[in-house]
Formats: sequence, structure tokens, C-alpha cells
Amino acid sequence: MFRKIALSAVTAATLVVAGTASFAAEGTAHIEDVAFPFEGPFGTFDRNQLQRGLQVYTEVCSACHGLKFVPIRTLADEGGPQLPEDQVRAYAAGLSVNDEASNPKLIDPETGSARTLVPADNFPANHAAGAPDLSLMAKARAGFHGPYGLGINQLFRGIGGPEYIHAILTGYTGEEKEEAGSVFYENHAFSTGWIKMPPPLSDDQVTYADGTPATLDQMSMDVASFLMWTAEPHMMNRKETGFKAVIFLIIFGSLLYLTNKRIWAGVKGKKLA
Amino acid sequence: MAGIPHDHYEPKSSGEQWLHKRLPIVGLLYDTIMIPTPKNLNWMWIWGIVLTFCLALQIITGIVLVMHYTPHVDLAFASVEHIMRDVNGGYMIRYFHANGASLFFVAVYLHIFRGLYYGSYKAPREITWIIGMLIYLAMMGTAFMGYVLPWGQMSFWGATVITGLFGAIPGIGPSIQTWLLGGPAVDNATLNRFFSLHYLLPFVIAGLVAVHIWAFHTTGNNNPTGVEVRRGSKEEAAKDTLPFWPYFVIKDLFALVVVLVVFFAIVSFMPNYLGHPDNYIEANPLATPAHIVPEWYFLPFYAILRAFTADVLVVQIASFVTGGIVDAKFFGVLAMFGAIAVMALAPWLDTSSVRSGRYRPMFKWWFALLAIDFVVLMWVGSQTPSPFTAWVSLIASYYWFAYFLIILPLLGVIEKPLPQPATIEDDFNAHYGKAHPAE
Repeated sequence: MFRKIALSAVTAATLVVAGTASFAAEGTAHIEDVAFPFEGPFGTFDRNQLQRGLQVYTEVCSACHGLKFVPIRTLADEGGPQLPEDQVRAYAAGLSVNDEASNPKLIDPETGSARTLVPADNFPANHAAGAPDLSLMAKARAGFHGPYGLGINQLFRGIGGPEYIHAILTGYTGEEKEEAGSVFYENHAFSTGWIKMPPPLSDDQVTYADGTPATLDQMSMDVASFLMWTAEPHMMNRKETGFKAVIFLIIFGSLLYLTNKRIWAGVKGKKLA
Repeated sequence: MAGIPHDHYEPKSSGEQWLHKRLPIVGLLYDTIMIPTPKNLNWMWIWGIVLTFCLALQIITGIVLVMHYTPHVDLAFASVEHIMRDVNGGYMIRYFHANGASLFFVAVYLHIFRGLYYGSYKAPREITWIIGMLIYLAMMGTAFMGYVLPWGQMSFWGATVITGLFGAIPGIGPSIQTWLLGGPAVDNATLNRFFSLHYLLPFVIAGLVAVHIWAFHTTGNNNPTGVEVRRGSKEEAAKDTLPFWPYFVIKDLFALVVVLVVFFAIVSFMPNYLGHPDNYIEANPLATPAHIVPEWYFLPFYAILRAFTADVLVVQIASFVTGGIVDAKFFGVLAMFGAIAVMALAPWLDTSSVRSGRYRPMFKWWFALLAIDFVVLMWVGSQTPSPFTAWVSLIASYYWFAYFLIILPLLGVIEKPLPQPATIEDDFNAHYGKAHPAE
């Protein structure tokens, strides 16, 4: 019986694995794995790191990049940066209410005049210089797909998006070139090797309140963690639910196994084969 | 064919009799739940309950998602993010729904291949098989349209590519494509009709499932020996079968829970494993993704679609014979749908008098090759085209068709089957021995 269950399981796994081997084909530059604290079934966000990442985002990234899907109030949520309420209020107060980009529906297209603006729930959208929104960036970029393109290591190493962000931020070589009026910067992590974004971070660009040395690597890791949280704000709840469910199912399954064995004992004799 | 003889529901109290005379619903439920089931069913017979669970899961989570989703090109992506961030437990519900589709297809492929190996499609179960194929088609339609709803990049471009297939039909194709899309390109009209149909089709599937179950409850289940249950008398049938409740209900539930442990682990610990990162980028008609890949469960048929390029001989012949009406693109579309059609025709293509692959020494190997072929097609469907993958996908596609159109008809003639057990009871006792009489 177990041989057959195992066989079924292997077949099912083969189906899934063959299907996901797909993503191996995509030609992206090499992305170094980073041991983030939130990876693996037991991984949790480091609150201090998320707060440092928020600081890097606010002081540096937000100049060009928006976070339009992230509600500001969630900064206070458990399992996130968990800022005290007064700090969240202060943060929100620092954002412009009359921001057209984040309130496109509030501009009357007929007259072009603004309707009564209400404070937005979310971080502003910002597309300065064509910069993409970062709300979901950590899930929207494929980092790595190992081993052998099967992607199974996602289970322990995360989905690779934060690694991609870290790799981009630390992947500049210092070379630049001008093409058709735009400046491109050489970056090992970018798919084409040349990226339009100027190197955004350099050592000691921000001053961390908790005294952590603001090296390029540290800031990149912090902001990558923060962006994993903006992309997946309920990750810790999800894992917690998962553990409860899996433990319950294992107990329930064991009881069903015993019940099944007992029910069939009356019809089955000793197993011969 | 009359059902397997067994005890029926007898209304005892006057209340029961009153109801039974007017609506024999309790009798129907009793007969369904107590249906005599071959007692030698193995663990490959559990996928039916997994599939039933998947349908229920998808409908329930889907109905909740609809309460928070907005089918509009400007709002769909944001409403999905609203579900992920603001709706209580929304992230779990959506991940269940998205990964539930994958579990559904894992289960349906194992269910189909079980049927192919044990000859479950053969007389008298052809209707069950055909209904099953219709369910499978409806599942593919539902899954495809559901994947469009989050309105990410892969949603948009997948919809563009797949509806483009209909545009390949000579003459009327472009009109059909426009009709399907509700306009010249994938846009708000497309999103809205896909949303509507994505809600409708699961209920069509539920209806088909009821007919599927009705059909095989009429013929009785197939079983690993392929030998029919004896139907001479109730006593004789009882030697080959056990009632569905409690024997198979508990067994199936146990199997379902084992499957769910894996499913919950994936949903909770790596929910985006089977998704594509590009679908977390909002749909943009002006930016084509570098590599448009369908969901994993479509890959084998996607590979067949892509296999028949203009330089393939059969395509050139088809083009020549039809005076250019059948070009490479249309040939690919025909091959993709044909691949499912030949599978649906298996009951009439298989000429062997023996049902179960267990007693077919040559068939076994060809079947194993078909299963490998399916995985190869899935892999090659995911690859960016190259001369090597073109060659692999062509060979693998040929084998798929050859299995159904040449090997199955031929094997029935040339194969010498092994002796089958006389009865299911014999097979069961050969494995487990006779039951202890005291128990």
C-alpha cells in the first residue's frame, strides 16, 4: 500500500515539477542568494530591519518610485515594521494629499480641475523618470529557480525577488554609457547588463537610528526586506495558519488512517503479497 | 446495463413513507452512498474525491473572491491587491483558489491516466469517459479565463495569445476572435465576459460531474483487474464488492487528507511557486513580456501547438493538399485540439478485449512511454524555442497521436494478454487472503 502511495506521490510531484521547470529557461543574469530572515517555513520578518528598509525607501527610493498598493496604516500592523501609531500618523502627515498621481480619479477630466481631495490611504504613486511601482516588486521579479530550474528551493530560500532587488542595488560596476540621449549604467544583475536607473545607494547614504552601519550591502538588504513585506504583508500570518493547518491535518490524517485500518481489518486477511 | 444488485432503502416510519411516496430523495442518497464498490480498488482510485473536493474548494473560495473583486481593466489588479491586503483572510482565500487550480489539474491528470491504464474508458463506460473529457475541456476553459482575471501581464498576454489561436481558423477565424474578445483586442469587454463565464462554467462542471457519477454508478466502477463485478445475485455481488460507506469513504478521506497536507504546505509556505512573477505586474498592452508561458497544466498541449511549424513535412503536405488553407498556425491549432480528441476516442480506438493494463504485457510499456511523453511535452512546452526543443516537441507530439491512432488499435490484434483472475474476489483474496470469519 505504501509503495503505491509513494508511487502516486512521485507521479504527482513529477507533474508539478515538470511544469515549473519552465521558468529555468528565462535568461536572467546571475542573482546571488542572500540569507534573509523571512525565508523558509520558519522565517519571520525582522521588525528592525523593516523599519530600516522603510527609512531607505523614504529617504532614497521614494524620490522616483511609488508604493501605490500599500496602505500607510499597515506600517503599524503586527508582522510588519510595526511603527507606533503616532509615528504612522507623523509619516502620513509628511505625504502630500494633493498628489495628482495617486488621486487620478479625483481630477475632473472635463474641466481639469481637482474635485475635493481626500487623503489617500496608500503611499503615493510615483512614476518619476518612468520608475516602476515597488509595491509588488519582490514578487514580480524572478530571482533564481534552482535546483535545476525546478524552483523547489523557494521553500527554503524564498522566491528570489528580494535577492534580485539586493543584486540590482549592489550590482553596479561604475561603467556608464550614453545611447540615444539616455545614460545607461552597467549592472551585472540586470537582464540586459545596462540599466537606466543611476546607482541609487552608496555607503552611509542614510543614518540609521539604531546605529547599524549603513553600508551599501546593509541598506540593500534592508530595503529588499522592506519590499518583501510590501509585496506580502501577511506572510507571517500565512505561515502561522499553515503550521496550524498542517499539524491539524497530520493528526486528523493519522486518525483516519487508524480508522481505515480498523474498518478494513474485518474484510482483509493477512497480507500475502 | 442494470446496476449491481444490492439492498435498497426501505422507508419504515410513516413519516419516511410519506416522504418516499412523494420524493424518493432519501432512497436516492442511500443508493448513492451505499453503492456496491469493487473491494480491490487501489490507491489510484482516490483522485475522484480529490477532484470533488477541488471543485467545491474552487467554487466556495471563488464566490468569496467575487465579493471583493472588480472586473474592470482599471480596477481589477488593484482589487486583487485589496483582497491580498485588506480583506480578512483574503490572502489565504486567493492563494487557495490560485493553487487549488493546480491541485485540480494534478488530480485530473492522474485520474485520466489511471483510466487510460486500467481501461476504464472501455465498454460499457464510454459515456463516463466522454463526460469526463467534457469536464476536462470545461476545466481548461475555466482555468484559462480565471487566469486572466487578476489582469497581470501574463493574464493579458496569455489571453492575447490563446484567443489568437481562433484567429488562425481560415476565413471565419478573425471574426470569431473579435466575437470572443468583444472587440479588436483584449480589453475591458474581454475581461468582463471572461469573468462572467469563469463564474458560470464551474456550475456547468458541477452538473457534468453529477452525470459522470450517475454514469459510472450505473455501470459500476472499473477496478484494477478490469474484471466485472458478478451480478447474478445480491449474494454473488457482495463477494466482489463492499458498500461505498464506510469502506471507501474513510479510505478516500484518508487519501484526501494526505494530499491536503502537501497542498496546505504549498499554499502556506510557497504560494507563488506555481505562479509566474510577471503576473504581479499590472497588464500593459504596450509592453510584451520576454517569454509568454501558459500555466503548467496547459504546457503539454501548448507544446503540441508549437510543434507543427511551417518546415515540418506533414504541415507542408497538409498545406499543399488543401491549397494553402491549412497553414502552419492552423495546423498547430488542429493538432492541439486533435490531441484531446484522440484521447476522447480511446474507447473506440482500443481494440483489445482485455480491459486492465495489468494483464497486457506489451501495452504496459507503450503506456509507460505515453506517461513519459506527457511529462516531456510538459517540459518542452515551457522552453524557449530552439532547434533542439523543436525536434523534441515534434517527436513527442507524434508519439501522442501514434499511441491513440496506431498503437492502441494494433495492440488489440497482436498482443497476447496474460490470464486474468476469474473474479474480483479471487484477486482480492490473492492479495489479502480470506478474511478471519470472527471479524
